[in-house]
Amino acid sequence: MTQTRNLIDEQGIRTDGRRADELREIKITVGVVKNADGSAFIEFGRNKIVTAVYGPREVHPKHMALPDRCVLRCRYHMTPFSTDTRKNPAPSRREVEISKVMRESLEPALILEDYPRAAIDVFVEVLQADGGSRCAGITAASLALADAGINMRDIVAACAAGKVDDKIVLDINDTEDKEGGADMPVAYMPHLEQVTLLQLDGILTQGQFNECIDMAINGCKKVYEIQRQTLMHKYFGSETELKEE
Amino acid sequence: MQEFKRKYVVPGDKIVEGNFRLLMNAIRSGNSIFATRIGIAEVGRDGIKVIPLSGVYIPRVNDIVIGKIIDHSSLSWEVDINSCFSAHLPAQDVFGRDFSPARDDMGRQLAIGDLISSRIMAFDRTRDPMLTIQDKDLGKIPRGEFLKISATRVPRLIGKRGSMIQMIEQATQTRVLIGQNGIIVVSGRTSEGTKLSIRAIKMVEEEAHTANLTQRIKVLLNVQEPGSQDAFPPTQTQNGQLEEVQSSIQEVEEELEEEVKKGEKV
Repeated sequence: MTQTRNLIDEQGIRTDGRRADELREIKITVGVVKNADGSAFIEFGRNKIVTAVYGPREVHPKHMALPDRCVLRCRYHMTPFSTDTRKNPAPSRREVEISKVMRESLEPALILEDYPRAAIDVFVEVLQADGGSRCAGITAASLALADAGINMRDIVAACAAGKVDDKIVLDINDTEDKEGGADMPVAYMPHLEQVTLLQLDGILTQGQFNECIDMAINGCKKVYEIQRQTLMHKYFGSETELKEE
Repeated sequence: MQEFKRKYVVPGDKIVEGNFRLLMNAIRSGNSIFATRIGIAEVGRDGIKVIPLSGVYIPRVNDIVIGKIIDHSSLSWEVDINSCFSAHLPAQDVFGRDFSPARDDMGRQLAIGDLISSRIMAFDRTRDPMLTIQDKDLGKIPRGEFLKISATRVPRLIGKRGSMIQMIEQATQTRVLIGQNGIIVVSGRTSEGTKLSIRAIKMVEEEAHTANLTQRIKVLLNVQEPGSQDAFPPTQTQNGQLEEVQSSIQEVEEELEEEVKKGEKV
């Protein structure tokens, strides 16, 4: 996390041309994997991630089944071609951790008690990585779960904020992640107003922390609007937003 | 208090505020009611429900389902009903109460791979679904083309008072067995009729939530408009009752008019 060059210029513009509170361009498509019960493909800046949800389905091995609720299993994986240098396809320590935090960030949104003795599998495959892939993965996985028709309390939107050149900025990219001061991924349920993921890599003061989390939550709300539009468009067509009859 | 009748929702959307009864796919938080699925929220006299547009089949007691025999023990068959739970058909249900595992050969009645039409006799959170074939029109399905559609599309395929499926059956001269679990078996006199029927069913599945679907299905099936209904003779329907094509078309017309009036999407 040692800073070697200025990542924000005098006009407050970042290395990729964004302002401090600006998200990268987000494009989401739902229902891309026909074999899956639900799926989504997200382009979050230069991140490209495909997610697929299978279930609720029978649990194998059977001893993993829970009598009162569904088992949620999550697999985050980066393809060998997703980074500049080849990534070993075997699950790394980082991928195992991200799989765990991803599961924990999605679990509060799901009504798992509705499917006892069953399992839901979420696969998150990173095709191209550019920093913030766990947030993009959670955002897409949440839509894939909704697409699979699983009962949910809310949709989870995720977005990171961080510290670059001692300034708090929204949605940090790969360069800012590696060379910046701090990275704070946040996942958030907008209707319930609950945070389901909060991680922090770096050092922030109390004031910076508050500013950072506020900015990340605002980012999540913007991401949620895109998620909602995507789902409405997929299921009800372009001309029918929230239509009351 | 009641501001609307139908509304498009995604999980987490607030449907309404107030003291309503929750029927399906909705949860209460404080004084508000939220949707838990993508679908159409409806406020009725009974309460609030969200008709889902996606999702796998979750068994319910008394549902008619089509299943495939995948295994058997000495006392029951295991049946795949396109759900996260595999169902069981007790041998006593087929052989009668005097069934003896030593005497009766289960393989002679139902072999692995056979398709059966059955009713869910019992199911709850703690146990797998139990099936029965002791009802009219239930039992082994001897022939037909097998296809799967999403279980959430089954009500649209059946249509109002069975109008959609009757139209498909009559126009293609086929018999269509529909399971609530989304498994369908089509059998017909000619392979052309069967193929056309399957095409129509797939079209209903893909375009279930779009407007004027009935009209497009009519065009696909080349169903004549009222005034020249003689194109199709009366046929035997799934329930074994003879019905005039004319009345079916009339129903479809009525349905269409209703749809236009309401401006319905589904």
